[in-house]
Amino acid sequence: MADSVAPRHTTTVRVTHWIAALCFFALLLSGIEILISHPRFYWGEEGNVHVKPLFTLPIPASRATVPTGFGYVLPDQNGWSRSLHFEAAWAVVLTGLYYVVAGLIDGHFRKNLIPARADLSGSALSESFVDHLRFRRPGESEAASYNVLQRFAYLAVVFVLFPLTVWTGLAMSPAIASIAPSLVTLLGGQQSARTIHFFCTILLVLFVLVHIGMVWLAGFGNRTRAMIAGHAAEQRAVTQPEQP
Amino acid sequence: MNQLSRRKLITTALGATAGASGIAVAARVAERNGLTPPEWHGIYGPGDTVTYAAQRLMTRHTMAREFSRDQISKTPFANEFAPPTGEFKRLQAGGFADWRLVIDGMVARPASLSLGDIRSYPSRTQITPLACEEGWSYIAEWIGAPLLHVLEAVGVLPQAKYVLYHSIEKGWADSIDMADALHPQTFLAYGMNGGELPVGFGGPLRMRVPRQLGYKSVKFINRLTVTDSVKALPPPGSYSWYAGI
Repeated sequence: MADSVAPRHTTTVRVTHWIAALCFFALLLSGIEILISHPRFYWGEEGNVHVKPLFTLPIPASRATVPTGFGYVLPDQNGWSRSLHFEAAWAVVLTGLYYVVAGLIDGHFRKNLIPARADLSGSALSESFVDHLRFRRPGESEAASYNVLQRFAYLAVVFVLFPLTVWTGLAMSPAIASIAPSLVTLLGGQQSARTIHFFCTILLVLFVLVHIGMVWLAGFGNRTRAMIAGHAAEQRAVTQPEQP
Repeated sequence: MNQLSRRKLITTALGATAGASGIAVAARVAERNGLTPPEWHGIYGPGDTVTYAAQRLMTRHTMAREFSRDQISKTPFANEFAPPTGEFKRLQAGGFADWRLVIDGMVARPASLSLGDIRSYPSRTQITPLACEEGWSYIAEWIGAPLLHVLEAVGVLPQAKYVLYHSIEKGWADSIDMADALHPQTFLAYGMNGGELPVGFGGPLRMRVPRQLGYKSVKFINRLTVTDSVKALPPPGSYSWYAGI
């Protein structure tokens, strides 16, 4: 049981990673469910079927009042979807806050996510870029740390995309708008907030797909084991020889 | 087990115990201070409760956003509603002269008000959006009597906690807490965009709760019940009772 070497991922990172993963799945599922009741998007403060949309998703809707071109209406599941969406939102926001505060205190961002100065040179960046484009399997050094593009991707999700998703989500709430109207006006209006929330979701889904793809490329079993147990297999084999 | 992991175990156990008792105490304090929604058990209870408590703490005196006249939607959208019943048609044929708003429950002076009676209260207008949980919205000017004036006239008893409002549509009712019932923007709306409130938009009388989503703004209101418990009546379609989100 001895933790003789530092684990690949700290307990905080592992626990918050899986809570966030679970919440993301719940938010995506319930979000799609809510979205199909009105798969049209607008800009500004108002938007309804009499208003020209910014764009319309070519999918059927769960409401007969929305003109979709499809001859059928999907079942309406908004009741539980909305409850699940907001409960999962609370869970992931509190988890995210804990992750960020812990990361600032224990140096996770400084040690693991802020790129080293040497990695920021043009040649180092383009080398990492080319490696990614060639789908080169990461070498041994990368089993213990993140590469520079990976660092940028994680920082962008944690400090830009995730907060923007929360902000645009809050800006759709009439009660929150009554507390801080500028949260809505800065985004261009309540319907703009909804549209940006949708684009944030698309980017987050793309991130998750690329993330899973990269984990697959790097060795799915080992990387996943490291995120669950803290150590990858080869790391454990060195420090903890199997007992007969 | 070495020193480090024992210390870790003890701190984890202490942390978990403190966390669990913290949540229990927080729930007790929240309930005592009116920060729990009427229904907060079940799988979605924690989310609903945290949302309601957080927003109630922050929205005591906040006002829904109001807009200028030129921002009123040129093309408002009214959601479908059940075809008017015989009773509604009869009242409509009579120009709603016989429409009554019955007020009962925990009030000192139960009343039955005609539309004329409601119009005799100081009338207010507000230009606020109606945002539906489905995602669409429109902005309209609403004309009506703030519910708080009507409640003052009938004398709400101190034990009252909720105002339940019934639609003439069978089985359609919803409720709000006293914080929203006494909020100056909560209207019994009888006019819209300078004219009568059209039937499609809930005429002759509609509840307007602009700090919550559209489904709390129930159409065709004909009865208010002031009460201390709304557990018996979940909102239609099993949506969250509180819709400030």
